Amino acid sequence: MLMHPKKRIEIVVEAPVVGRLLSVLDDLAVTGYTVLPALAGRGREGSWRREGLVGEAGRMVVVFCIIDAQRVDVVLEPVFKLVSRQIGIVTVSDVSVIRPEHF
Amino acid sequence: METALSLAVANLLSPMVLFFALGMAAALARSDLAIPEAVAKGMALYLMLAIGFKGGASMAAHGLELRLVGAVVAGLVLSAAMPLVAYALLRSTTGLPPTDAAAVAAHYGSISIVTFLAAVQALTTAGIPHEGYMVAVAAAMETPAILVALWLARRGNAVAPGSGSLDGRGLREILLNGSIVMLLGSFAIGWITGAEGLKTLSPFIVDPFKGVLCLFLLDMGVIAGRGFREGRKSLTPQVVVFGLYMPLIGGALGAVAAILVGLSPGGTALMITLAASASYIAVPAAMRLALPEARPAVYLPLSLGVTFPFNLTIGIPLYVAAATWIG
Repeated sequence: MLMHPKKRIEIVVEAPVVGRLLSVLDDLAVTGYTVLPALAGRGREGSWRREGLVGEAGRMVVVFCIIDAQRVDVVLEPVFKLVSRQIGIVTVSDVSVIRPEHF
Repeated sequence: METALSLAVANLLSPMVLFFALGMAAALARSDLAIPEAVAKGMALYLMLAIGFKGGASMAAHGLELRLVGAVVAGLVLSAAMPLVAYALLRSTTGLPPTDAAAVAAHYGSISIVTFLAAVQALTTAGIPHEGYMVAVAAAMETPAILVALWLARRGNAVAPGSGSLDGRGLREILLNGSIVMLLGSFAIGWITGAEGLKTLSPFIVDPFKGVLCLFLLDMGVIAGRGFREGRKSLTPQVVVFGLYMPLIGGALGAVAAILVGLSPGGTALMITLAASASYIAVPAAMRLALPEARPAVYLPLSLGVTFPFNLTIGIPLYVAAATWIG
Protein backbone atom coordinates (compact mmCIF):
# COMPACT_ATOMS: atom_id res chain seq x y z
CA MET A 1 0.00 0.00 0.00
CA LEU A 2 1.27 3.48 -0.84
CA MET A 3 2.02 5.50 2.29
CA HIS A 4 2.82 9.20 2.58
CA PRO A 5 5.15 10.74 5.18
CA LYS A 6 3.64 13.35 7.56
CA LYS A 7 4.44 14.84 10.95
CA ARG A 8 2.47 14.13 14.11
CA ILE A 9 2.48 16.83 16.80
CA GLU A 10 1.50 15.55 20.24
CA ILE A 11 0.84 17.97 23.06
CA VAL A 12 0.27 16.81 26.63
CA VAL A 13 -1.13 19.87 28.37
CA GLU A 14 -3.07 20.95 31.46
CA ALA A 15 -6.85 20.78 31.08
CA PRO A 16 -7.51 24.49 31.85
CA VAL A 17 -5.42 25.46 28.79
CA VAL A 18 -6.91 23.04 26.28
CA GLY A 19 -9.67 25.41 25.08
CA ARG A 20 -7.06 28.03 24.19
CA LEU A 21 -4.86 25.45 22.51
CA LEU A 22 -7.71 24.28 20.29
CA SER A 23 -8.46 27.90 19.38
CA VAL A 24 -4.83 28.30 18.28
CA LEU A 25 -5.06 25.14 16.15
CA ASP A 26 -8.33 26.39 14.64
CA ASP A 27 -6.76 29.76 13.81
CA LEU A 28 -3.84 27.98 12.14
CA ALA A 29 -6.31 26.06 9.98
CA VAL A 30 -5.01 22.70 11.18
CA THR A 31 -7.29 20.36 9.29
CA GLY A 32 -7.94 18.00 12.20
CA TYR A 33 -6.96 17.16 15.74
CA THR A 34 -7.94 14.69 18.45
CA VAL A 35 -8.23 15.33 22.19
CA LEU A 36 -7.91 12.51 24.73
CA PRO A 37 -8.17 12.64 28.53
CA ALA A 38 -5.09 11.40 30.39
CA LEU A 39 -5.85 9.13 33.35
CA ALA A 40 -2.69 9.41 35.42
CA GLY A 41 0.94 10.36 35.13
CA ARG A 42 4.20 11.35 36.70
CA GLY A 43 6.44 14.29 35.91
CA ARG A 44 8.75 16.85 37.49
CA GLU A 45 5.87 18.12 39.67
CA GLY A 46 5.16 14.62 41.01
CA SER A 47 2.49 12.03 40.22
CA TRP A 48 -1.21 12.60 39.74
CA ARG A 49 -4.40 10.63 39.07
CA ARG A 50 -7.49 11.99 37.37
CA GLU A 51 -9.81 10.38 39.93
CA GLY A 52 -8.01 12.15 42.76
CA LEU A 53 -8.77 15.64 41.47
CA VAL A 54 -11.87 17.71 42.06
CA GLY A 55 -11.57 20.27 39.28
CA GLU A 56 -9.80 20.91 36.00
CA ALA A 57 -6.57 22.06 37.65
CA GLY A 58 -4.03 19.25 37.74
CA ARG A 59 -5.78 17.21 35.05
CA MET A 60 -3.93 16.61 31.82
CA VAL A 61 -5.18 16.04 28.29
CA VAL A 62 -3.45 14.85 25.15
CA VAL A 63 -3.99 16.74 21.90
CA PHE A 64 -2.55 15.41 18.66
CA CYS A 65 -2.70 16.46 15.07
CA ILE A 66 -1.06 15.30 11.84
CA ILE A 67 0.25 17.93 9.46
CA ASP A 68 2.49 18.34 6.46
CA ALA A 69 6.20 18.60 7.28
CA GLN A 70 6.38 22.07 5.69
CA ARG A 71 3.89 23.43 8.25
CA VAL A 72 5.57 22.14 11.40
CA ASP A 73 7.31 25.42 12.29
CA VAL A 74 4.23 27.52 11.48
CA VAL A 75 2.12 25.41 13.87
CA LEU A 76 4.71 24.80 16.58
CA GLU A 77 5.65 28.43 17.17
CA PRO A 78 2.26 29.70 18.42
CA VAL A 79 1.53 26.38 20.13
CA PHE A 80 4.78 26.52 22.04
CA LYS A 81 4.21 30.18 22.90
CA LEU A 82 0.94 29.17 24.56
CA VAL A 83 2.05 26.04 26.41
CA SER A 84 5.70 26.81 27.24
CA ARG A 85 4.87 28.11 30.74
CA GLN A 86 2.47 25.28 31.53
CA ILE A 87 3.08 21.74 32.75
CA GLY A 88 3.22 19.47 29.71
CA ILE A 89 5.16 17.97 26.83
CA VAL A 90 5.29 18.78 23.10
CA THR A 91 6.70 16.15 20.75
CA VAL A 92 6.96 15.86 16.96
CA SER A 93 7.27 12.47 15.32
CA ASP A 94 7.31 10.99 11.83
CA VAL A 95 4.22 9.06 10.78
CA SER A 96 2.84 7.60 7.56
CA VAL A 97 -0.69 8.15 6.33
CA ILE A 98 -2.76 6.56 3.61
CA ARG A 99 -4.81 9.60 2.59
CA PRO A 100 -2.41 12.60 2.38
CA GLU A 101 -5.07 15.02 1.18
CA HIS A 102 -6.66 14.91 4.65
CA PHE A 103 -3.69 16.60 6.31
CA MET B 1 -19.52 27.16 75.90
CA GLU B 2 -22.02 24.35 76.38
CA THR B 3 -23.77 25.34 73.16
CA ALA B 4 -20.47 25.33 71.27
CA LEU B 5 -19.61 21.88 72.63
CA SER B 6 -23.00 20.37 71.87
CA LEU B 7 -22.88 21.91 68.36
CA ALA B 8 -19.39 20.48 67.84
CA VAL B 9 -20.44 17.00 68.99
CA ALA B 10 -23.65 17.09 66.92
CA ASN B 11 -21.62 18.17 63.87
CA LEU B 12 -18.91 15.57 64.33
CA LEU B 13 -21.50 12.81 64.72
CA SER B 14 -23.68 13.96 61.82
CA PRO B 15 -23.95 11.52 58.90
CA MET B 16 -22.36 14.01 56.49
CA VAL B 17 -19.19 14.50 58.55
CA LEU B 18 -18.99 10.76 59.28
CA PHE B 19 -19.27 9.96 55.56
CA PHE B 20 -16.60 12.56 54.86
CA ALA B 21 -14.40 10.90 57.50
CA LEU B 22 -15.08 7.50 55.94
CA GLY B 23 -13.93 8.77 52.54
CA MET B 24 -10.84 10.37 54.02
CA ALA B 25 -9.95 7.25 56.01
CA ALA B 26 -10.44 5.08 52.91
CA ALA B 27 -8.09 7.31 50.90
CA LEU B 28 -5.47 7.35 53.64
CA ALA B 29 -5.68 3.55 53.87
CA ARG B 30 -5.21 3.44 50.06
CA SER B 31 -8.60 1.84 49.43
CA ASP B 32 -9.84 1.95 45.83
CA LEU B 33 -13.15 3.52 46.95
CA ALA B 34 -14.14 6.11 44.32
CA ILE B 35 -17.27 7.79 43.02
CA PRO B 36 -17.33 7.93 39.19
CA GLU B 37 -16.38 11.39 37.94
CA ALA B 38 -19.66 11.92 36.06
CA VAL B 39 -21.71 10.97 39.14
CA ALA B 40 -19.72 13.39 41.32
CA LYS B 41 -20.22 16.15 38.75
CA GLY B 42 -23.96 15.42 38.62
CA MET B 43 -24.23 15.50 42.40
CA ALA B 44 -22.36 18.82 42.55
CA LEU B 45 -24.82 20.33 40.05
CA TYR B 46 -27.77 18.91 42.02
CA LEU B 47 -26.47 20.44 45.27
CA MET B 48 -25.95 23.84 43.58
CA LEU B 49 -29.47 23.69 42.18
CA ALA B 50 -30.98 22.77 45.54
CA ILE B 51 -29.12 25.33 47.63
CA GLY B 52 -29.60 28.10 45.06
CA PHE B 53 -33.30 27.39 44.61
CA LYS B 54 -33.98 27.23 48.36
CA GLY B 55 -32.07 30.51 48.85
CA GLY B 56 -34.15 32.20 46.13
CA ALA B 57 -37.42 30.83 47.53
CA SER B 58 -36.45 32.03 50.99
CA MET B 59 -35.78 35.52 49.62
CA ALA B 60 -39.14 35.50 47.86
CA ALA B 61 -40.81 34.67 51.18
CA HIS B 62 -39.01 37.38 53.18
CA GLY B 63 -38.83 40.07 50.51
CA LEU B 64 -35.90 41.98 49.05
CA GLU B 65 -33.84 43.62 51.79
CA LEU B 66 -31.41 46.51 51.49
CA ARG B 67 -29.08 44.36 53.59
CA LEU B 68 -28.61 42.17 50.50
CA VAL B 69 -26.58 44.97 48.87
CA GLY B 70 -24.59 45.50 52.06
CA ALA B 71 -23.88 41.76 52.37
CA VAL B 72 -22.73 41.46 48.74
CA VAL B 73 -20.49 44.54 49.07
CA ALA B 74 -19.08 43.16 52.34
CA GLY B 75 -18.39 39.84 50.58
CA LEU B 76 -16.61 41.61 47.70
CA VAL B 77 -14.46 43.64 50.12
CA LEU B 78 -13.62 40.56 52.20
CA SER B 79 -12.65 38.57 49.13
CA ALA B 80 -10.37 41.39 47.96
CA ALA B 81 -8.85 42.08 51.39
CA MET B 82 -8.15 38.55 52.60
CA PRO B 83 -5.47 37.75 49.99
CA LEU B 84 -3.51 40.79 51.25
CA VAL B 85 -3.57 39.41 54.80
CA ALA B 86 -2.84 35.85 53.66
CA TYR B 87 0.02 36.96 51.39
CA ALA B 88 1.68 38.98 54.18
CA LEU B 89 1.40 36.03 56.58
CA LEU B 90 2.67 33.52 54.04
CA ARG B 91 5.67 35.66 53.10
CA SER B 92 6.61 36.36 56.71
CA THR B 93 6.02 32.90 58.22
CA THR B 94 6.31 30.17 55.59
CA GLY B 95 9.16 31.13 53.29
CA LEU B 96 7.03 30.49 50.20
CA PRO B 97 8.26 32.41 47.13
CA PRO B 98 6.06 35.34 45.95
CA THR B 99 4.30 33.40 43.16
CA ASP B 100 3.34 30.47 45.39
CA ALA B 101 2.33 32.86 48.20
CA ALA B 102 0.14 34.87 45.80
CA ALA B 103 -1.53 31.72 44.46
CA VAL B 104 -2.23 30.38 47.96
CA ALA B 105 -3.54 33.82 49.00
CA ALA B 106 -6.03 33.73 46.10
CA HIS B 107 -7.42 30.42 47.39
CA TYR B 108 -7.96 31.82 50.89
CA GLY B 109 -9.63 35.00 49.64
CA SER B 110 -12.02 33.05 47.48
CA ILE B 111 -14.56 30.55 48.80
CA SER B 112 -15.45 26.86 48.89
CA ILE B 113 -19.07 26.34 47.91
CA VAL B 114 -19.08 22.82 49.42
CA THR B 115 -18.07 24.23 52.81
CA PHE B 116 -20.90 26.73 52.41
CA LEU B 117 -23.33 23.87 51.63
CA ALA B 118 -22.21 21.98 54.72
CA ALA B 119 -22.68 25.10 56.87
CA VAL B 120 -26.20 25.64 55.46
CA GLN B 121 -27.01 22.02 56.33
CA ALA B 122 -25.56 22.41 59.84
CA LEU B 123 -27.76 25.51 60.37
CA THR B 124 -30.83 23.68 59.05
CA THR B 125 -30.17 20.75 61.39
CA ALA B 126 -29.71 23.13 64.34
CA GLY B 127 -32.94 24.98 63.40
CA ILE B 128 -31.16 28.31 62.89
CA PRO B 129 -32.68 30.37 60.05
CA HIS B 130 -30.46 32.36 57.70
CA GLU B 131 -30.78 34.93 54.93
CA GLY B 132 -31.48 33.22 51.59
CA TYR B 133 -29.41 35.80 49.72
CA MET B 134 -26.18 34.50 51.24
CA VAL B 135 -26.05 32.35 48.09
CA ALA B 136 -25.50 35.56 46.10
CA VAL B 137 -22.79 36.64 48.57
CA ALA B 138 -21.02 33.30 48.02
CA ALA B 139 -21.07 33.80 44.26
CA ALA B 140 -19.77 37.37 44.59
CA MET B 141 -16.82 36.29 46.73
CA GLU B 142 -15.29 33.91 44.20
CA THR B 143 -13.51 36.33 41.83
CA PRO B 144 -12.06 39.46 43.57
CA ALA B 145 -9.46 37.38 45.43
CA ILE B 146 -8.07 36.06 42.14
CA LEU B 147 -7.57 39.56 40.73
CA VAL B 148 -5.93 40.86 43.92
CA ALA B 149 -3.62 37.84 44.14
CA LEU B 150 -2.52 38.29 40.52
CA TRP B 151 -1.73 41.92 41.31
CA LEU B 152 0.34 40.73 44.30
CA ALA B 153 2.25 38.32 42.05
CA ARG B 154 2.98 41.05 39.49
CA ARG B 155 4.03 43.41 42.27
CA GLY B 156 6.47 40.76 43.53
CA ASN B 157 8.22 40.94 40.12
CA ALA B 158 8.46 37.16 40.16
CA VAL B 159 6.38 36.36 37.11
CA ALA B 160 7.40 35.85 33.52
CA PRO B 161 6.33 38.39 30.88
CA GLY B 162 2.67 37.84 30.05
CA SER B 163 2.02 36.02 33.31
CA GLY B 164 0.09 37.30 36.33
CA SER B 165 -2.92 38.55 34.43
CA LEU B 166 -6.17 37.26 33.03
CA ASP B 167 -7.46 38.16 29.59
CA GLY B 168 -11.15 38.70 28.89
CA ARG B 169 -11.62 35.04 28.07
CA GLY B 170 -10.10 33.94 31.39
CA LEU B 171 -12.25 36.39 33.32
CA ARG B 172 -15.37 35.16 31.53
CA GLU B 173 -14.47 31.54 32.31
CA ILE B 174 -14.22 32.36 36.02
CA LEU B 175 -17.32 34.54 36.20
CA LEU B 176 -19.41 32.07 34.22
CA ASN B 177 -18.07 28.81 35.60
CA GLY B 178 -20.71 26.07 35.77
CA SER B 179 -21.14 26.13 39.56
CA ILE B 180 -21.77 29.88 39.67
CA VAL B 181 -24.21 29.81 36.74
CA MET B 182 -26.12 26.92 38.34
CA LEU B 183 -26.12 28.53 41.78
CA LEU B 184 -27.22 31.99 40.66
CA GLY B 185 -29.60 30.64 38.01
CA SER B 186 -31.35 28.40 40.54
CA PHE B 187 -31.41 31.29 43.01
CA ALA B 188 -33.18 33.46 40.41
CA ILE B 189 -35.66 30.68 39.55
CA GLY B 190 -36.35 30.08 43.26
CA TRP B 191 -36.89 33.81 43.75
CA ILE B 192 -39.25 34.07 40.76
CA THR B 193 -41.31 30.97 41.59
CA GLY B 194 -41.27 31.43 45.39
CA ALA B 195 -43.18 29.15 47.76
CA GLU B 196 -45.18 27.55 44.95
CA GLY B 197 -42.00 26.59 43.11
CA LEU B 198 -40.46 25.23 46.30
CA LYS B 199 -43.58 23.13 46.91
CA THR B 200 -43.32 21.71 43.38
CA LEU B 201 -39.63 20.83 43.66
CA SER B 202 -39.68 19.84 47.32
CA PRO B 203 -39.65 16.05 46.73
CA PHE B 204 -36.56 16.54 44.55
CA ILE B 205 -34.54 19.22 46.34
CA VAL B 206 -35.56 19.02 50.00
CA ASP B 207 -35.95 15.38 51.06
CA PRO B 208 -33.12 13.74 49.05
CA PHE B 209 -30.74 16.64 49.76
CA LYS B 210 -29.11 15.15 52.88
CA GLY B 211 -28.52 11.77 51.26
CA VAL B 212 -26.92 13.28 48.17
CA LEU B 213 -24.81 15.56 50.36
CA CYS B 214 -23.57 12.51 52.31
CA LEU B 215 -22.57 10.69 49.12
CA PHE B 216 -20.95 13.85 47.75
CA LEU B 217 -19.00 14.39 50.97
CA LEU B 218 -17.87 10.76 50.89
CA ASP B 219 -16.32 11.55 47.51
CA MET B 220 -14.87 14.82 48.83
CA GLY B 221 -13.41 12.85 51.75
CA VAL B 222 -11.68 10.50 49.33
CA ILE B 223 -10.31 13.43 47.33
CA ALA B 224 -9.27 15.36 50.47
CA GLY B 225 -7.56 12.24 51.83
CA ARG B 226 -5.59 11.83 48.62
CA GLY B 227 -4.78 15.55 48.70
CA PHE B 228 -3.55 15.22 52.27
CA ARG B 229 -1.45 12.19 51.36
CA GLU B 230 0.17 14.07 48.47
CA GLY B 231 0.48 17.21 50.57
CA ARG B 232 2.63 15.46 53.15
CA LYS B 233 5.35 15.31 50.51
CA SER B 234 5.16 18.92 49.35
CA LEU B 235 3.94 21.02 52.32
CA THR B 236 6.21 22.29 55.07
CA PRO B 237 4.87 22.36 58.68
CA GLN B 238 4.66 26.18 58.53
CA VAL B 239 2.44 26.01 55.44
CA VAL B 240 0.21 23.35 57.04
CA VAL B 241 -0.15 25.52 60.15
CA PHE B 242 -1.12 28.45 57.90
CA GLY B 243 -3.89 26.25 56.46
CA LEU B 244 -5.25 25.83 59.99
CA TYR B 245 -5.03 29.37 61.36
CA MET B 246 -5.92 31.33 58.22
CA PRO B 247 -9.56 30.11 58.33
CA LEU B 248 -9.82 31.52 61.85
CA ILE B 249 -8.41 34.90 60.75
CA GLY B 250 -10.72 34.94 57.72
CA GLY B 251 -13.62 33.90 59.93
CA ALA B 252 -12.92 36.75 62.36
CA LEU B 253 -12.92 39.24 59.45
CA GLY B 254 -16.16 37.66 58.23
CA ALA B 255 -17.71 38.11 61.68
CA VAL B 256 -16.79 41.82 61.68
CA ALA B 257 -18.33 42.22 58.21
CA ALA B 258 -21.51 40.40 59.31
CA ILE B 259 -21.87 42.64 62.37
CA LEU B 260 -21.41 45.78 60.25
CA VAL B 261 -24.06 44.60 57.77
CA GLY B 262 -26.40 43.51 60.57
CA LEU B 263 -26.91 39.88 59.54
CA SER B 264 -28.90 37.38 61.62
CA PRO B 265 -26.98 34.71 63.62
CA GLY B 266 -27.54 32.25 60.74
CA GLY B 267 -26.35 34.77 58.15
CA THR B 268 -23.37 35.65 60.35
CA ALA B 269 -22.40 31.96 60.58
CA LEU B 270 -22.52 31.71 56.79
CA MET B 271 -20.49 34.91 56.29
CA ILE B 272 -17.86 33.57 58.73
CA THR B 273 -17.84 30.22 56.93
CA LEU B 274 -17.43 31.86 53.52
CA ALA B 275 -14.55 34.01 54.77
CA ALA B 276 -12.95 31.00 56.48
CA SER B 277 -13.21 28.67 53.50
CA ALA B 278 -10.65 28.23 50.74
CA SER B 279 -11.37 27.53 47.09
CA TYR B 280 -10.20 24.32 45.43
CA ILE B 281 -12.10 24.33 42.13
CA ALA B 282 -12.35 27.76 40.48
CA VAL B 283 -9.14 29.34 41.80
CA PRO B 284 -6.76 26.45 40.98
CA ALA B 285 -7.98 26.48 37.37
CA ALA B 286 -7.55 30.27 37.22
CA MET B 287 -4.05 30.01 38.68
CA ARG B 288 -3.02 27.42 36.09
CA LEU B 289 -4.06 29.88 33.39
CA ALA B 290 -2.84 33.15 34.82
CA LEU B 291 0.00 32.18 37.16
CA PRO B 292 1.43 28.90 35.87
CA GLU B 293 4.73 29.47 37.72
CA ALA B 294 2.95 28.85 41.04
CA ARG B 295 3.11 25.22 42.15
CA PRO B 296 -0.23 23.38 42.29
CA ALA B 297 1.51 20.85 44.56
CA VAL B 298 1.39 23.56 47.26
CA TYR B 299 -2.01 25.21 46.89
CA LEU B 300 -4.18 22.22 45.99
CA PRO B 301 -3.32 19.90 48.92
CA LEU B 302 -3.26 22.83 51.34
CA SER B 303 -6.75 23.99 50.46
CA LEU B 304 -8.29 20.56 49.90
CA GLY B 305 -6.33 18.33 52.28
CA VAL B 306 -5.88 20.68 55.25
CA THR B 307 -8.32 23.61 55.34
CA PHE B 308 -11.40 21.88 53.90
CA PRO B 309 -11.37 18.99 56.45
CA PHE B 310 -10.63 21.47 59.25
CA ASN B 311 -13.61 23.63 58.33
CA LEU B 312 -15.93 20.68 57.88
CA THR B 313 -15.15 19.03 61.21
CA ILE B 314 -14.08 21.76 63.65
CA GLY B 315 -14.62 25.06 61.84
CA ILE B 316 -18.34 24.98 61.06
CA PRO B 317 -19.55 24.23 64.63
CA LEU B 318 -17.11 26.86 65.88
CA TYR B 319 -18.43 29.45 63.41
CA VAL B 320 -22.07 28.62 64.23
CA ALA B 321 -21.35 28.88 67.97
CA ALA B 322 -19.50 32.20 67.46
CA ALA B 323 -22.36 33.58 65.36
CA THR B 324 -24.92 32.51 67.96
CA TRP B 325 -22.83 34.17 70.66
CA ILE B 326 -22.45 37.38 68.61
CA GLY B 327 -26.15 37.44 67.71
